[in-house]
Amino acid sequence: MPFIPHTDDDIREMLATIGVDGMDALFDEIDPSLRAQPVELPAPMAEWEVTRLMRERAGQDTGRLNFAGAGAYAHHIPATVWQLASRGEFYTAYTPYQAEASQGTLQILYEFQTMMASLTGMEVSNASLYDGASALAEAVLMAVRLRGQASPPRVLVPQTLNPRYLDAVRTLVFLQGIELVAVPFIPEDGHVAPEALAPWEGQGYAALVIPQPNFFGVLEEVDALTDRAHASGALVIGVVNPVAMGVLAPPGEWGRKGADIACGEGQPLGAPLSSGGPGFGFLCCRTAHVRQMPGRIVGRTTDKEGRPGFVLTLQAREQHIRRSRATSNICTSQGLMAVAAAIHLSLLGPDGLRRTALTCHAHTAELLELLLTLPGVTRIFSRPFFHEVAVRLPRPVPEVLERLQRKGIVGGHPLTRTHAGMDNALLVCATEVIQRADMEQFVSALREAMA
Amino acid sequence: MSDRTTMNVRPPVIFEASRERRPGWGRGNVPEHTAMIPDRFLRKNPPLLPEVSELQVVRHFTRLSQHNFSIDTQFYPLGSCTMKYNPKVCHTLSMLPEFLERHPLAPESMGQGVMQCLFELGEYLKEITGTAGVSLTPMAGAQGEFAGVAMIRAYHLDRGDHERVEMLIPDAAHGTNPATAAMCGLKVREIPTNAAGDVDIEALKKVLGPQTAGLMLTNPSTLGVFERRIREIAALVHQAGGLLYYDGANLNAITGRVRPGDMGFDAIHVNVHKTFATPHGGGGPGAGPVGVSARLVPYLPVPMVVKTDDGSGYRWLDRAEAPRSIGRLSAFAGNVGILLRAYVYIRLLGRDGMRRVADFSTLNANYLKARLQRFGFQIAYPERRATHEFIVTLKRESEQWGVSALDFAKRLLDYGFYAPTIYFPMLVPECLLIEPTETETKEELDRFAEALASIRREAEADPGFVKGAPHHVPVPGGGLGRLDDTRAARKPDLIWRRTLDHE
Repeated sequence: MPFIPHTDDDIREMLATIGVDGMDALFDEIDPSLRAQPVELPAPMAEWEVTRLMRERAGQDTGRLNFAGAGAYAHHIPATVWQLASRGEFYTAYTPYQAEASQGTLQILYEFQTMMASLTGMEVSNASLYDGASALAEAVLMAVRLRGQASPPRVLVPQTLNPRYLDAVRTLVFLQGIELVAVPFIPEDGHVAPEALAPWEGQGYAALVIPQPNFFGVLEEVDALTDRAHASGALVIGVVNPVAMGVLAPPGEWGRKGADIACGEGQPLGAPLSSGGPGFGFLCCRTAHVRQMPGRIVGRTTDKEGRPGFVLTLQAREQHIRRSRATSNICTSQGLMAVAAAIHLSLLGPDGLRRTALTCHAHTAELLELLLTLPGVTRIFSRPFFHEVAVRLPRPVPEVLERLQRKGIVGGHPLTRTHAGMDNALLVCATEVIQRADMEQFVSALREAMA
Repeated sequence: MSDRTTMNVRPPVIFEASRERRPGWGRGNVPEHTAMIPDRFLRKNPPLLPEVSELQVVRHFTRLSQHNFSIDTQFYPLGSCTMKYNPKVCHTLSMLPEFLERHPLAPESMGQGVMQCLFELGEYLKEITGTAGVSLTPMAGAQGEFAGVAMIRAYHLDRGDHERVEMLIPDAAHGTNPATAAMCGLKVREIPTNAAGDVDIEALKKVLGPQTAGLMLTNPSTLGVFERRIREIAALVHQAGGLLYYDGANLNAITGRVRPGDMGFDAIHVNVHKTFATPHGGGGPGAGPVGVSARLVPYLPVPMVVKTDDGSGYRWLDRAEAPRSIGRLSAFAGNVGILLRAYVYIRLLGRDGMRRVADFSTLNANYLKARLQRFGFQIAYPERRATHEFIVTLKRESEQWGVSALDFAKRLLDYGFYAPTIYFPMLVPECLLIEPTETETKEELDRFAEALASIRREAEADPGFVKGAPHHVPVPGGGLGRLDDTRAARKPDLIWRRTLDHE
């Protein structure tokens, strides 16, 4: 009986204490007609059997030479991160309702909040949300609570946002009658011109979403966009890559007043790719807006003798107190991933994060240079990029990628399906773990694939 | 304990150990050029991150870990949270490098292993919940709830049934239920519970009508009892044109014995971090797969793993092939790494093991309830069978000695037990919601019952002492006294500042 410790004597004694003569009696309040069907599941496996099974399954998953980004990034994770984060004291604790018995998790989440707020240039952070896309949805809902007087409340979303984010945001906010308005980008540049906001000025909108870098890896004119949105009385939501924050100006410093809310996907900070999850979402904002923030927030306080300690705080925002009037329905978020991120960022420090960001940028620039040596390969957008870049191939992308995958290479992310008019477009990324030899192998395989 | 005021061995906030330009992690030759990024895009000041050595990091976080209670170190009878043993092998096998290094957008042919696991997990969950279709993508129970209620909403709207804007929710429900209904643009109508702990059916009948979108129910309920008239309730809601949502938080009590689909539910979420032993991680990551009856299958959230047409492999089914889907809930496919842990757990237990989960979690709860009853504790629903959890009400203790459920909870920490859920559900005064789970030994349950009885004696003899708890939480240095929540909320101190005096 896996993980059930009862001896036959225990069972007898326990049933006698309860005053029943068998296990079935414990279920005698349940309508017998509901209790009929035994479930059809496979027979139990021994630990060694399931180990063999999972090793076989893992062995089918290939493609570890990877040039795809598009929202999930292959960074080196120091061995220390998961050795520490996997400790049972973190891994098997729950949401720290009893603060005095949860100071470990609580203090780390406070440190995490400090790091995320500083990375994004904001004043406060919550203790994580599910992922980048759902964090943006929560940011949109938060902005509408703060500025959504118009009916229907309107939020401007550039078409340079990750299309999967847009899909998720639409699902999560649509039922509250929020209108998401697409702002077009300049096809040659891959960025949104500040003038593109003009049609909505004077009509009133609750918020403008600004991705930095955007889905194409291109840098947006965040200062001008921010000031223009603020001039319309709208809030600004920055969606940022946390590694890029090692070198790029954080949302809190955009324009004259800075963005109002910053959010994004935390996976690049210590979470493995793992087919896309778990990573974590982060959400930071100004102190003035903290009571509209969703999710857990940890605060520092003292015990009765004045010693510092940490508690979950501002809980009057949350579903277990406020119920249908809560800021969100979120309960469990991605606590352990936030712990891993705090460890990861503590190891890197400001210098390590900056060097990681610069190396990613340099590697992508180097890869682009090599790709442009191939006949017929051209760069699509001329503007500065961070660690992703879109190129046009002389051959249809799906067939090229298929040839690459036979060699175990994930050759990037095709833009064909998600972006009209982007035929033969491929989005590539080279993080710090991609070496010169990897790039050469990729480029030579690509040359063959396009032959 | 006399030197407690001067001794607090919890390490200070990590930034206090930081020294400027301390040699950091992973130095190497890094191109320092940012020439291709114009100045106006660059950060002017470095972020506040600690500058500490790897050994300092290891000590800091290891020492902090010792200030946590956890399943691995303490009995954790947190009601409605199912804090059972999280098998180590589930962690090890889901952390195989090939799983960890797989990019979410890598071609399907390069991920057949993980996709087969996900497909089979979906099939098992269909079987366990008695549903016609499952989507694994929700990232926690509350997101599963959102998916379920959004599907119910989409179903009505698709049929032109625009007036169905009311969600019925029992007063004992988890807070996520009304919060989810609100996120889906629905009005919440509360249904009372009768004295025996069942839904008040007469009250339900009165509010059912053409405006009813559905009913959200947890069964067994958060009162730790099985809703006996569930079939009748389901029939009433269906007759009124509404659908039924099942909050799977308490599935551990019935897994392998009774299926929510057979009870008449149309949409169900499963908390894999409860029933299927994946970790709670100090507040996630979880996963909240959602199962549905046949009429809601077209609305399931995407992406989903399906078999290829020739049946030889697996592929993703996305929006293009599911036009009526409520859509995507996250950037990729949810918490895949967590779903793998649930898959391993189900393979280890198999069909007999799943049923034993229900049997032994129920046995443990009923035994603990009987023990506490004999110690003189008042059980909220004494005439009912406990399911996998039950409620003790400390109303009498509170009235007689002024000692509250919160005081009992804090004193339990001194005894080395995490506290049960307190003050939930709200309709039972001074309540402790106790869920022992199937993985605890009889000896551990006995120790816990004796600790509660001992606290009760302390409360009678010296109420002030219990009200002052905790006194010596078993963590290095003896831990802290009761923390001031009011102060935390009144003057929020949410991030560390270099210049701020926090004291």
